[in-house]
Amino acid sequence: MSKTQDISLTVNGEVLTANVPVRMNLVDFLRHEAGLTGSHVGCEHGVCGACTIEVNGDTVRGCLMLAVQANGATVTTIEGLADSGRSAALIAAFTRRNALQCGFCTPGMLASAIAYVEGGGIADKQAIRDHISGNYCRCTGYQSIVDAIHDVVTEGASA
Amino acid sequence: MKAPDFDYLRPGTIAEAIAILSEHEGEAQPLAGGQSLMPMMNFRVAAPAVLVDLSALSELRGITRTDTSVRIGAMTRYRELGDWANICTDLPLIATALPHIAHDAIRNRGTIGGSLALADAAAEMPALMLALGATIELMGPNGTRHVHADDFFQGFYDTACEADELIVAVDIPLAPEAKFGFHELVQRHGDYAMAGVAIKATSLTPLSGLRIAFFGVSDRALRVPALEAALDGTSGDEAAIAAALPALEAIEFEGDLKVSAKTREHYAGVALKRALAEMLA
Repeated sequence: MSKTQDISLTVNGEVLTANVPVRMNLVDFLRHEAGLTGSHVGCEHGVCGACTIEVNGDTVRGCLMLAVQANGATVTTIEGLADSGRSAALIAAFTRRNALQCGFCTPGMLASAIAYVEGGGIADKQAIRDHISGNYCRCTGYQSIVDAIHDVVTEGASA
Repeated sequence: MKAPDFDYLRPGTIAEAIAILSEHEGEAQPLAGGQSLMPMMNFRVAAPAVLVDLSALSELRGITRTDTSVRIGAMTRYRELGDWANICTDLPLIATALPHIAHDAIRNRGTIGGSLALADAAAEMPALMLALGATIELMGPNGTRHVHADDFFQGFYDTACEADELIVAVDIPLAPEAKFGFHELVQRHGDYAMAGVAIKATSLTPLSGLRIAFFGVSDRALRVPALEAALDGTSGDEAAIAAALPALEAIEFEGDLKVSAKTREHYAGVALKRALAEMLA
């Protein structure tokens, strides 16, 4: 048995190979080894949602998955979501609605919001609140975030 | 914090996984979806020497329906269960409860078997298995055995699954005529419940064949036979519930920072009333 392991994964379209300690969380790998510091580390026990990223197309907590478990996986971080334009409408709405202050929760909030919008979420503020209930924001009181996501769903419906 | 150091193994077969568990008895911990074990390791309340990742065991995944039951592989994720085409018709109680189990990103990873193996007292899945009368299939060095949900949850994070056994699947009897109820009281959507209840009844008028499982109330998910007996044969109206509620005294209610034991007892009654009211509406 070894305390480290070779992994190979696709991050934001780029294949990365590395030898990682088996105890390293995926989000720590992304931040410290891949230099992608957009995903934030808050609570490290899956409650705050700041480290929310996409693995094989589904949102996951980057702190509740080991880097070795992502061997062979396709990972998309907030940097990848921005580069591909998938977060563009939400970023515009978050800016317009002042849906962030310190910005710490925003990458995870956007990742969760994208899952809601792309997953066919409806323009219902309670449903949006329920969906983002796994993401903590300590600045906004959530109202502006809910409004921003609601805007994007409504815009998508009328587009 | 970060998890303490461990060795990581990813066996390719169930037999290999069980052999590892036997070899490192008590020191090895199966890793299913990791949505409870990883936080416990990061908090350092769990510190397995060997982590046995079950994610390569494809035979532990998937849902199979027969004429009489639904078999759910232990490594089936909540998300996959929710996406199953028959979830609303064959497992309506689970369909109702699923959105209340944590959050989207957690349900994408969390597994049915992982939740049952941990047996958190406030988790929904153990109570659902109790209400549905499920059977849990275990595999160990001496082969396969089946344990009814009524006998599976034995105490605070304690189940009938031995250290060298794996949960392979759960088998849930189909009950097309049955009626179901579910209610939980939480501070925020997706939180662990302060008190919750899952109900199966074979008939509503009058109530009969009741299986009522509470969670988030004591050291484990549990049924209260005296409560079920008190409600059986009644209409489930306010008077019937009021007459049955003293049976809740059989539960050793736990208090914590959020809720005192006394408040929790009250909440259990509230959850029961609301779940029954919805069933009877």
